[in-house]
Amino acid sequence: MKITFPHMGNTYIVAKALLDDVGVDYIIPPYNNKRALEIGTKYAPEMVCLPLKINLGNYIEAYEKGADTILITGGRGPCRFGYYCEMSREILRDNGFNMDVITLEVSQEGFNELLRRIRRITGEINVKKILKVIKNTTLVSKRVDELERLTYKLRPREIKKGSTDKIYKEFQRKVKEVRGSSQILKLINNTKSRLIRLEIDREFKPLKIGIVGEIYTTIDPFTNFHIESILGNMGVEVDRSNTVSGWIIEHMLKAIVPFKKDIRYKEAAKPYLGAMIGGHAQETIGNTVLYAKDGYDGVVQIYPLTCMPEIVAESILPAIERDYNIPVLTLIIDEMTGEAGYLTRIEAFVDLLNRRRERVEIGQNFALSGN
Amino acid sequence: MNTTKVGIPRALFYYQYYPLWKTFFEELGAEIVLSDRTTKTIMDEGSKTCIDEACLPIKIFHGHVMNIKDKVDYLFIPRFTSVSKNEYICPKFGGLPDMVRHTIKDLPPIIDTEVNLRKSGKNALKAVYEVGSFFSKDQYKIKRAYKRALESYREFREKIKKGVLPCDILDKKLRTVKKYDGRNLNIAVVGHGYNLYDRYANMNMLDKLIDKGAEIITVDMVDGEIIEKHVQVLPKRLFWNFGRKAVGSSLYFLDREDIDGIIYLMAFGCGVDSFISDLIERKIRRNKDIPFIILTLDEHTGEAGMDTRLEAFIDMIRWRYRNEDNVSAYG
Repeated sequence: MKITFPHMGNTYIVAKALLDDVGVDYIIPPYNNKRALEIGTKYAPEMVCLPLKINLGNYIEAYEKGADTILITGGRGPCRFGYYCEMSREILRDNGFNMDVITLEVSQEGFNELLRRIRRITGEINVKKILKVIKNTTLVSKRVDELERLTYKLRPREIKKGSTDKIYKEFQRKVKEVRGSSQILKLINNTKSRLIRLEIDREFKPLKIGIVGEIYTTIDPFTNFHIESILGNMGVEVDRSNTVSGWIIEHMLKAIVPFKKDIRYKEAAKPYLGAMIGGHAQETIGNTVLYAKDGYDGVVQIYPLTCMPEIVAESILPAIERDYNIPVLTLIIDEMTGEAGYLTRIEAFVDLLNRRRERVEIGQNFALSGN
Repeated sequence: MNTTKVGIPRALFYYQYYPLWKTFFEELGAEIVLSDRTTKTIMDEGSKTCIDEACLPIKIFHGHVMNIKDKVDYLFIPRFTSVSKNEYICPKFGGLPDMVRHTIKDLPPIIDTEVNLRKSGKNALKAVYEVGSFFSKDQYKIKRAYKRALESYREFREKIKKGVLPCDILDKKLRTVKKYDGRNLNIAVVGHGYNLYDRYANMNMLDKLIDKGAEIITVDMVDGEIIEKHVQVLPKRLFWNFGRKAVGSSLYFLDREDIDGIIYLMAFGCGVDSFISDLIERKIRRNKDIPFIILTLDEHTGEAGMDTRLEAFIDMIRWRYRNEDNVSAYG
């Protein structure tokens, strides 16, 4: 059995740590690329959302390299992601790709079914070992996110442009070569100390933009054309509400073990969207409010075309724009999105934010001299 | 004394629950104001106000709200999270009152009670009391109104199960049985109620089929137990209420020998349809050689194109039988 899994930004690092520690054979599909997207678009129904198309591309590219089993998480709806596992199974089957899909979720058959599925992968169930693996994997996901967050702060402030990206890309390449969570953590620490030594302008006060929206398109840099890096290199500090560790902890672990969930965004979203409607709609609304309260200059919402929860969020966002006086840019992505048009919109948005800030600064100076 | 006017947009779940709502509100002494039937103006208003990315039915719903918002004291837009255990509808239904509230200006108060039966069917009563409290303080009266409402709903469902189209019941239209020279075809139509029964949105599709000598069977006419039995073949439980209905009844149509063709009517941009239509198509193509077509609706769909496809579909089915007849019985 050779396991593979779909890409989503840095999740492959976490999945790698997990599978290395468990000790099973696996293949990481080639990183998201044009060909994967083209393959996916060819086999997927026209109107499904973009992540499924890229996922299919990942599976088929991994299949070409010898993978035969897909590991994916599930969901209970109403977002379409919850049924990705079955759709992939059907599509792959009809097109002659002989692959098995194992969904890690507590299904209608109950908890034992999940254990049975885990046993299929690991061979035996050693509770102590599994708990240790989960602990280490979660730690890796947290550290990767911290590293990512560090790059958000460094990019706009670095003296030599592009130096952060260079180190970060090197990390993403090297991480494929090391094995197991302990070595991955070591590499993360090394990269972190290299990043910290970078020369930065400590006085510079960059614009701040929060990124919200559907999880796949916000987290995956291939899909969103490396928006964090683009904005960072334009001198903007970004923050992203969806993270790999947040997804693993809040959506997967806490779905099984009823820990207390982080509900700050829920309370912020309440006046605008009163209920959980699936996907990340409530997060999008709530985090936009939180970003506005935290003094961010603007918010960018990203989602794949026809994403049901985010459409609801998009139609509510103008109310927040008005109430908190914060500009929001919505970017919708599908397989036809052209990079040039996309970049132009981002540039225009950043220009707008710069002008707004200048106006406020001039306004304040004016008031001072008027006194 | 003036009665309270409750506005109900003639869209989305109107086609599924109107008899229930009507009896309930009228028992409580409220007056119901329905929006007009969907027209070009309503659809245009809807697509103008609503965000572009939404699907056609949601745009039409916005149009209907625009149509009645100035004529009523309350707008009835419940938050439908779930209407059955462990199942959802679509995220847009759950966020509908919020979408409308933040998109359309100058609205009357909205009755946006949450209907969430995902965990337990008993939650329905909670929603009933909440809606009822707008019109009466008397809990007993609300309960009685709900009981009567359920009766009219059951009556409505019984009629549908006997094969009457919901749009005909709602519009009080009597259909005379037309003689069609030649063989009558049994055409199964799968799709969301608000796509199937909104005559303007689907450009009179059902009437056109009937005129061509087709007997229509829709998913709503299939009994819940039959659906339940057929949907078991799916390895993972479908969490969309409509999805289960559609897949279950499509598989049932496949089992029936007397169905001549299946039409799947979907709305452009519908997330649930994008999965369910594909799932159904794969099941059908694998199992049986039966004519199947997917028709997509959006606000730009031209009627001529739709007609051509329907005609071609029906002609194709008829040819199958004609060719069969041509084979000489004598060998």
